[in-house]
Amino acid sequence: MAEKIRRDQGRFREIVRGTVRKNLKKYISRGEMIGQQGKKQVRIPMPQIDIPNFRFGQREQGGVGQGEGEEGQPLSPGEEGDGPGGGKAGKDPSEHELDVEVELEELAQILGEELELPKILPKGQRRIRAASDKYTGIARIGPESLRHFRRTYREALKRQIASGVYDPQRPMVIPFKEDLRYRSWKEDVQPQSNAVIVYMMDVSGSMGEEQKEIVRIESFWIDAWLRSQYKGIESRYIIHDADAREVDRETFFRTKESGGTLISSAYRLCLQILTKDYPADEWNIYPFHFSDGDNWSPDDTRKCLKLLEDELLPRANVFCYGQVYSPYGSGRFLKDLRGHFDDHETLILSEIRNRDAIIGSIKDFLGKGK
Amino acid sequence: MLGLPRYMYRIVEEIERHAKEVGLDFYTTIFEMVPYDTMNEIAAYQGFPTRYPHWRFGMQYERLSKSYTYGLHKIYEMVINNDPCYAYLLEGNSLVDQKMVIAHVFAHCDFFKNNQWFAATNRKMIDEMANHGARIRRSIERRGLENVERFLDVCLSIDNLIDVHSPFIRRERIESDADEEPVQVSRIEAKPYMEEYVNPPQVLEAERKRREAEREHAKQKLPAQPVKDVMGFLVEHAPLEPYERNLLEMVREEAYYFAPQGQTKIMNEGWASFWHSRLLTGRVLSAAEIVDFADNHSMTMQTSPQKLNPYKLGLDLFRDIEDRWNRGAFGREYEDCDDIVARESWNRQLDLGLGKIFEVRRIYNDITFIDEFLTPEFAARQMMYTFGYNPKTSRWEIFSRQFEAIKAQILRDLTNFGQPEIYVEDANHKNRGELMLKHTHAGVDLQPDYGQATLANLVRIWRRPVNLRTVVGDKRRIWHHDGTEFKELPG
Repeated sequence: MAEKIRRDQGRFREIVRGTVRKNLKKYISRGEMIGQQGKKQVRIPMPQIDIPNFRFGQREQGGVGQGEGEEGQPLSPGEEGDGPGGGKAGKDPSEHELDVEVELEELAQILGEELELPKILPKGQRRIRAASDKYTGIARIGPESLRHFRRTYREALKRQIASGVYDPQRPMVIPFKEDLRYRSWKEDVQPQSNAVIVYMMDVSGSMGEEQKEIVRIESFWIDAWLRSQYKGIESRYIIHDADAREVDRETFFRTKESGGTLISSAYRLCLQILTKDYPADEWNIYPFHFSDGDNWSPDDTRKCLKLLEDELLPRANVFCYGQVYSPYGSGRFLKDLRGHFDDHETLILSEIRNRDAIIGSIKDFLGKGK
Repeated sequence: MLGLPRYMYRIVEEIERHAKEVGLDFYTTIFEMVPYDTMNEIAAYQGFPTRYPHWRFGMQYERLSKSYTYGLHKIYEMVINNDPCYAYLLEGNSLVDQKMVIAHVFAHCDFFKNNQWFAATNRKMIDEMANHGARIRRSIERRGLENVERFLDVCLSIDNLIDVHSPFIRRERIESDADEEPVQVSRIEAKPYMEEYVNPPQVLEAERKRREAEREHAKQKLPAQPVKDVMGFLVEHAPLEPYERNLLEMVREEAYYFAPQGQTKIMNEGWASFWHSRLLTGRVLSAAEIVDFADNHSMTMQTSPQKLNPYKLGLDLFRDIEDRWNRGAFGREYEDCDDIVARESWNRQLDLGLGKIFEVRRIYNDITFIDEFLTPEFAARQMMYTFGYNPKTSRWEIFSRQFEAIKAQILRDLTNFGQPEIYVEDANHKNRGELMLKHTHAGVDLQPDYGQATLANLVRIWRRPVNLRTVVGDKRRIWHHDGTEFKELPG
């Protein structure tokens, strides 16, 4: 029973997300309900799709209410009355500060409406097996070559017994068209699990608190979104100043460091991780690097370019470099990359000037469907 | 009885006995106790365990489960108009709540069985819904989900265009009058000697023939009279593919099934609340349980400044009727009495109340119920008022506490379920096979964007341009949609 409603719910979410039935998009309203969580009042997002019909224009309608009040006195803007059973709806929302509460997954989905998924290439053994169709289901229609002999006759027998035609003395079972059953496949919708994302962040002294925050916000959302799309995706985190080290997710989003900057250290560590754990012919590889573009020396930049060109770019599906604007940094690295690679197919560059630019930058990285 | 623990089974039996003793009359009622997520699911499917796949059920489910999760809303009970009646109880409710719900359910079942407006509903609707599910699933297998779903959305977009009275109407075909007036041709007045020149006989003859042909044509007009059951008209006359016709028919059938519930919401809930309250306080509950009951009951009866609570309105009206008929506070003598004190203390000790409310539950629907039994005294006691949007101050305001205004507003809201009335006027508009609909404008305009989209959906069904005669801002207009383009023409 539960499966049916899940399917309807899934379909509804798909429509809301805009992946199917795009013509319904204009009837989606992002309603919300006011709820309570502990002592706080929260807004609960409640997307809704209206099926258009002939109805009265809203503003002109009135109604009948009950309670105190003089004629001409305004009604407090409140929610509609309760449904059957009379639940306890939060009253007088205007009295409290409202916290916007949105589920992480939901936000990632809203974000996803604007984005396209990176194309994950069929690589490695795991993927091939996961995508195969399995002939486990039974359908009422199908090609004759897939007819399920036993199920067909069982249906025919059932029908004959039910309609009283079956005679055990002379057991003759003749299937009708309605009895025919066919083997049917189910697509294994298991998302591909062989993609890895390597996040690299510059935490050197020139990256101020604001810059780090921007990087954290951006990589957090990229991470949240990709995780919501691909279950079982692997992520690795690298922070670097003059020296790079791999850290766990927690540390990556929390850490405070300072020091000089040698970007090549991060790229080298990234390469190590990739060669050790993620051979390019079996993994989709997405390295993201964020920095303020202030590298220690032109010499190191040359090393970086070489590492990118010879090792990282050939392995990666796409390499994303995001440069945060910093008043202390030179921002040179981005120019160097541009100069050297000029419109490289698998290299995406993005400049993030401030917090408002984060969403645009995420679109730069993920909006191309690469 | 499956799905109920033994102690609940005993409670159900006891309440059923009491319900029968007070005169309630219902189909066999099967209770089932379900956890909240199953309850949400059943509620999303409007009470039916099996329905066709559609995203709006998923939407409903998401709403219900979210609001349940945040403690905004809890469905105590679900009951289906079917023979046998099915009712679902929420697992984990307190025993007092369950008792209240059970009594409530029996009264609903009594209402379903006895109220005349339900007389034409399919009492095997659970099976019918499951059949619809199977048929639509088969269509999906053949045509693909996207195609079927799109067409279902089209059908659902017009599922308010039905005529709740049509199940009860038996139209006899009026045989055309044998001695019809002969066709008259107007002549231009002329002196006798000029007659032949001013009114040449062959022209008159031609004109007479033309008018006769016109009259014949009018007889063949489709529909002969405006039809309010737009869905039914389309099922019969629209050039649909067989599977499309099936879908439209099923959606229509379900709309008709649910219509009486919409027509009797106030009465039905009022009736159920009346009896749960009377049975529980008078018979079922122990003294220790009364406060819990009162607490819960009063929550259900909560009033709102912007909406009438059907539970409360219905309950109080039934109580008022019972009281008035017990006292004999009705009829000519009472109506003509202007002495307020005498009216209030009126008591003829007739004790007709109980009989009266059973009669009311049998023959009335919400509109006639309000029209007949809402009194100025009642409206004042209930502190009712009308409200609306004041464009000058751009806010919602209390408009009036006048009884006439209140009653008119309630009746207006109830008429046609608060939906605009739309008729099919002509299936061959301008002799071009276009469909002409008519909106009987009663003061409120249609919402234009939704109207346009609905017209486009109608074009999808009719496969020719569709027109709607309506009024926009005091001006007569014809909305025209040809499938790609919408136009508003002067009407």
